[in-house]
Amino acid sequence: MTSAAPPRAAAPQSAAPRTATLASALNSALRDAMRDDPSVHVLGEDVGTLGGVFRITDGLAAEFGADRCLDTPLAEAGILGTAVGMAMYGLRPVVEMQFDAFAYPAFEQLVSHVARMRNRTAGRMPLPITIRIPYGGGIGGVEHHSDSSEAYYAHTPGLHVVTPATVADGYGLLRSAIASDDPVVFLEPKRLYWSKDDWSAEAPTPIEPIGRAVVRRQGSSATLLTYGPSLPVCLEAAEAARAEGWDLSVVDLRSLAPFDDETVAAAVRATGRAVVVHESAGFAGVGAEIAARVTERCFHHLAAPVLRVTGFDIPYPPPMLEEHHLPGVDRILDAVSKLQWEQ
Amino acid sequence: MTVLDHDLATAWTPDAHGPRRDPAPLLPESEPVRILGTPALRRTVDSPGGPELLRDLHRRLVVGRRFNQQATTLTKQGRLAVYPASTGQEACQIAVAGALRPGDWLFPSYRDTLAVVSRGVDPLETLTLLRGNAHCGYDPYEHQVAPLSTPLATQAPHAVGLAHAARLRGDSTVALAMVGDGGTSEGDFHEALNFAGVLNAPVVFLVQNNGYAISVPLAKQSAAPTLAHKAVGYGIQGRLVDGNDAVAVHTVLGEAVQHARSGAGPVLVEAVTYRLEAHTNADDAGRYRSAEEVAGWRERDPLTLMERHLREAGVLGDQEVAAAAAEAEELADRMRTLFHVKPELDPMSLFTHVYAEPTPQLREQAAQLAAELAAEAATGAER
Repeated sequence: MTSAAPPRAAAPQSAAPRTATLASALNSALRDAMRDDPSVHVLGEDVGTLGGVFRITDGLAAEFGADRCLDTPLAEAGILGTAVGMAMYGLRPVVEMQFDAFAYPAFEQLVSHVARMRNRTAGRMPLPITIRIPYGGGIGGVEHHSDSSEAYYAHTPGLHVVTPATVADGYGLLRSAIASDDPVVFLEPKRLYWSKDDWSAEAPTPIEPIGRAVVRRQGSSATLLTYGPSLPVCLEAAEAARAEGWDLSVVDLRSLAPFDDETVAAAVRATGRAVVVHESAGFAGVGAEIAARVTERCFHHLAAPVLRVTGFDIPYPPPMLEEHHLPGVDRILDAVSKLQWEQ
Repeated sequence: MTVLDHDLATAWTPDAHGPRRDPAPLLPESEPVRILGTPALRRTVDSPGGPELLRDLHRRLVVGRRFNQQATTLTKQGRLAVYPASTGQEACQIAVAGALRPGDWLFPSYRDTLAVVSRGVDPLETLTLLRGNAHCGYDPYEHQVAPLSTPLATQAPHAVGLAHAARLRGDSTVALAMVGDGGTSEGDFHEALNFAGVLNAPVVFLVQNNGYAISVPLAKQSAAPTLAHKAVGYGIQGRLVDGNDAVAVHTVLGEAVQHARSGAGPVLVEAVTYRLEAHTNADDAGRYRSAEEVAGWRERDPLTLMERHLREAGVLGDQEVAAAAAEAEELADRMRTLFHVKPELDPMSLFTHVYAEPTPQLREQAAQLAAELAAEAATGAER
């Protein structure tokens, strides 16, 4: 088994910054990874001629051929199982699952083989597979198109679970995921696909290592801990909180597994109050783990219990009702107001 | 260049959804292929190298049977946690190793330990899963043998992916996946065959139809005419062979591997055989099948069939039979010696290979276990 060539270093930032979408940055990451390493192969439903239903693989089949960007039969377990065999033979497959809830048929391959093969074989048979999954709601999708399935994956030892929230991270984290010798579940917040930021494919941002959270907004009153599709909501809430006299920190976790206890604990200790925000159901969710970890590490620094703002414990609602389910600015501010402020 | 057929000829046309190929050539034989007890055996005897091949198959059957017996004994002595014996299926197990070349890949399931050993993997390393000291004790890359797969048929798509990757690289590698009759009901079996057909991957699926999925007989498992007929729905070749006829299995599997290697496409081989023992040592087969049924199949034991027909054909004598028995005893003796030594266990290894680099959380947990072990050792020393 060979390691991938190290990801290309970032180009100097001399080119004039331009705006790009998260979707285009992900596309650039795939293209650059395929150019740099001939063992990188993309496979999935509609990824070839169509370029994927979200166009993340647009142009890859034209540039690299149908073998390297493979339109597969419509069978998610078969896609991931085939990728396992390809990885065993030294390839570095990048699998696209079309939607979060369509990835469930691949769950057995993921849990029983992808996550365990390195461990099962005492390190002799690593599986460097990236599993890209568009996830989350907020796009008006009908049933089975808006799930937040991160807790299932984060609960599985042997997997890395990564989710970008910015255009730059879309590129940097996907490059790291593909270069990783471990399997990475790469959760793409689909409602941010069309979000724009200053970013240029000609001058890509540095490769972002997996496993590091980042403080997106430095505040002093309380700390919002969030990731993926909820990051922009939290940043908006932090702006709105200024009117209430609260100066909020916002931490973008980026990597759910491994978890960056260090950055998170430091950010919570600095304010003494914390709210975890995510879309998926709260019960037994990632937020429960985060709240427990923060409490274990920051108990004597906390002025209030760690609160969670999450989706309700319900099956994902029909699109015309999803606004009531998704954590919004008001619900986040309500939680912040309950952090036992002294009068 | 692409190895896949994605040119415009395959694009939609008004006729593209109609019948695309004649299914007849894909159909398996109407009766399982047999060689023992047929004129075909004489042809094998008379072919160059034929007698040597037949004696070698016999020898490996005898050794294989002894492997099954010794492993079963080891469970009774507490040396193995569990053993799903392939007793009665040895003809299939040894044929696999014979059909594959070095560089080809084997994807076994948990009952296929004899196939793994026949491929050259050490018995001690092969049986760690069933001994309980390690999940996969061998290096898959040393003999091109994937880890024994416990979730049924889930390794079949791996065989397809590996064969596909080999073909992309221009290698002549063939992958062979072993599945049981019960495993053919799994979705992964279906998806593997479908992908294999679409990708035209050089892969062979060997279904050992031993009559039972633990307790459930084939009649409750599938309404297919034969399991080999399942190939046709995926546009791949089906073959049907008597799984207790070692010469027939060797021949048909060899042809299937050659078919796949030549680029002609995947093959599904159903070998009709019988599980003479219970599902495992923990199972009671008397609850679901009769002694008469088992006795009937004992008369079709692959080992006795082979010995009888080869003796009749004049290619096997007392000397060869005794030599095979001696080699079998040697293996059994070696297994006893190997397994009567307690395995070395390193608790700290639990954390070593979860990821390429342990996460901070795993480092913490490893430190916790190390402290517990140190405390235990200190307590032990005080005593």
